[in-house]
Amino acid sequence: MRSIRSTWEHDPRKNPNEMVYILLGIGALAFPIGVQIATRGGGSFLISQAADAGVYVLLAVGLNVVVGFAGLLDLGYAAFFAIGAYTYAFVASDHAEFTPLHQAIHIPFWIALLVGMFCAAGAGAILGAPTLRLRGDYLAIVTLGFGEIVPRLFRNLNEWTSGVNGISALDTPVLPIWLNGPWSGDALALVPNFKIIDPMAYYVIMVILVAICVVLVNNLRRSRLGRAWMAVREDEVAAAAMGVNTVGIKLLAFSIGAAFSGFAGTFYGAKLSLVSPENFGFTVSITILIMVVLGGMGNIPGVIVGSLLIYYVIFNVLPGLPQMAADFANSIGAPGLNSPSGDYPGLSGEVQRLKFLIFGLILVLTMLLRPQGLIPSRQREQELQKGVHEDTTIVDVNAETT
Amino acid sequence: MEGATIAPSLLEGGNVVGSLKQARTAFVTAPVGRLMSLLLLLLVIYVIFVLLTKIFDRGGGYFLQILTFGVANGAIYALVALGYTMVYGIIELINFAHGDLFTLGGFISLFLLPFVGADESKAGTAAIILPLIIVFLATMAICGAINVTIERVAYRPLRHAPRVAPLITAIGMSFILEGLMFLWKGPFNLHYPNLLPAASFTLGEATIHVKDIFVIVIAVILMIVLTLFVGRSTLGRAMRATAQDQDATELMGIDINRTIAATFFIGAVLAGAGGTIFGLYYNTVVFDLGFSAGLFAFTAAVFGGIGNIQGAALGGLLIGIIIAFSDGYFESAWTQVVIFAILILVLVFRPTGLLGMRVPEK
Repeated sequence: MRSIRSTWEHDPRKNPNEMVYILLGIGALAFPIGVQIATRGGGSFLISQAADAGVYVLLAVGLNVVVGFAGLLDLGYAAFFAIGAYTYAFVASDHAEFTPLHQAIHIPFWIALLVGMFCAAGAGAILGAPTLRLRGDYLAIVTLGFGEIVPRLFRNLNEWTSGVNGISALDTPVLPIWLNGPWSGDALALVPNFKIIDPMAYYVIMVILVAICVVLVNNLRRSRLGRAWMAVREDEVAAAAMGVNTVGIKLLAFSIGAAFSGFAGTFYGAKLSLVSPENFGFTVSITILIMVVLGGMGNIPGVIVGSLLIYYVIFNVLPGLPQMAADFANSIGAPGLNSPSGDYPGLSGEVQRLKFLIFGLILVLTMLLRPQGLIPSRQREQELQKGVHEDTTIVDVNAETT
Repeated sequence: MEGATIAPSLLEGGNVVGSLKQARTAFVTAPVGRLMSLLLLLLVIYVIFVLLTKIFDRGGGYFLQILTFGVANGAIYALVALGYTMVYGIIELINFAHGDLFTLGGFISLFLLPFVGADESKAGTAAIILPLIIVFLATMAICGAINVTIERVAYRPLRHAPRVAPLITAIGMSFILEGLMFLWKGPFNLHYPNLLPAASFTLGEATIHVKDIFVIVIAVILMIVLTLFVGRSTLGRAMRATAQDQDATELMGIDINRTIAATFFIGAVLAGAGGTIFGLYYNTVVFDLGFSAGLFAFTAAVFGGIGNIQGAALGGLLIGIIIAFSDGYFESAWTQVVIFAILILVLVFRPTGLLGMRVPEK
């Protein structure tokens, strides 16, 4: 039995993760070329969307550290995303001139990425320090509350954030050097101080950033810290008894997750050149959570696939669906379905209203039919199959010692 | 609380996690926690001071009016909070879909009203009483049945799964219910017929509406019935036993599944009643009402001590009053920030709530 297990674990052909990484790498390279060929050079919208999808991949990989590795349910993850984006808006635009500071700040994009990251991580640490001792679902509620407060703060603090209007005209990131070529429709040339406007450039940078983050998170998972996270996730009491500093470990997971979110937020703000409090609500937090859960909590390739899939469904399939439904009704010779009457908004309107339902169905069905996710981590799969996971509440142990 | 942060670090023997050594964590978390609690305390004192000056400036009549409004509002939140607290008490699940059941109660009663001939022409007359009672009972029963179905489909199969799993299906069910109501009526604020008497009377300088009294009376009646039921009936005893120890209860020959289903039924009955009362009181319902209302009610449940029925009632009342004061004396844009800040503060400093948790920690 043992030998079968060990061959299973060491045969790369049997390891779905490596296959997924290889396929994802090939896909990332082939995607822009394929799109440009298929659309005859007019695929910049799709490539731009793919770069946006990369933001969600970063978010999902970061949330995976919190939810998947350390087992802390974070329902306010978008708050850190917002903090990252607003940090960039503040330190890389003329906006600060109109705040009580009266001094515009322009920090270069690459440094701003780090600033956004540290601001978010700091916020994560400040929120986490007093709350991570709470039992699992209480923590979920605290993060939910935090996730609701942050966008409202950004909306209400008019003087500093210009309220509902948000902050626009953020600095365009600048690369020290860039290679122009046939892929951007130019002659082959090196361009210094290249302003990143081209979606292709965003895409390339995004792919590189995602790759770096994935390597980073993979190393974290294999490190002593990563093993401590899983120990805490599986059984906090046992982990504490083995000498793991559970509070410190959880705080690190929380801050690292927040850092990823802030990082993604900075990139998002820079690419959109606009931040608004409406972009960081509960649905964003839930979307990221769905990506992690559907992909396979705790397994990085699974989370990447999950996030790409969900992104595609939510931002590409769903917006096109109403038109498709209307065309379908016309093609089957029932145009009457399209005309609104009373409460009925017409077929396309009805389809447009499906978003919430689809969200909910994905969550419930994933949990019921494939709780381990599409590409599960092996440990988690076993844990779920046994179905005898005991409740883990380290807080009780601590409480008794007070 | 602060001692708790140091305790686990004492357990730490060897250098388990590289850079994070015991002294460092104790140094980082404990003083930061103390400093933050001090700052927050000062902030709370400041807010109360500002509130008192504002109350003094605006005079007694305004205060009484805001207070009545807050209590009526709080009665509705209390009804919803009871459902959260009962479900959490028995299976330790934060039932995110509960707030949407509250909205569904409003939608269902709105749908049923024309069938019993309750329209605005009869508003405030004796002819409205019987139809309203029928609508109340039918809405409560339908909501209860829906919640029992949800429990059967989405929560029961996951009862022994990791805790995160049912929590995520609960969020999913919340989205499904919202999605269904969205499909049904769209994103509009729906008009809910104004059936209660518009009469009012003056108390000192304040005008008190009969509506306010109606809401408070109905909520109090329902809560008394619930308390009697849980305290005196066999099923109520089974519920309390299940909340304490499921295995032992099962050994005593009590059907756990039936007891849990009954808890969900009662919770939804109260939420359905709450939704109907909300409709009658505010004359409007909208599909995503349950999200914020549910969070407020959950805050109320946590505030009072989750798992504790009296706590939920008290918490609901207080949250209603706080919301009314925040809306009335400060800007309403800050109300949600205030409520969620209270939620976080209560969880951080007194996770057992005002009246304490009656749930044994398992």
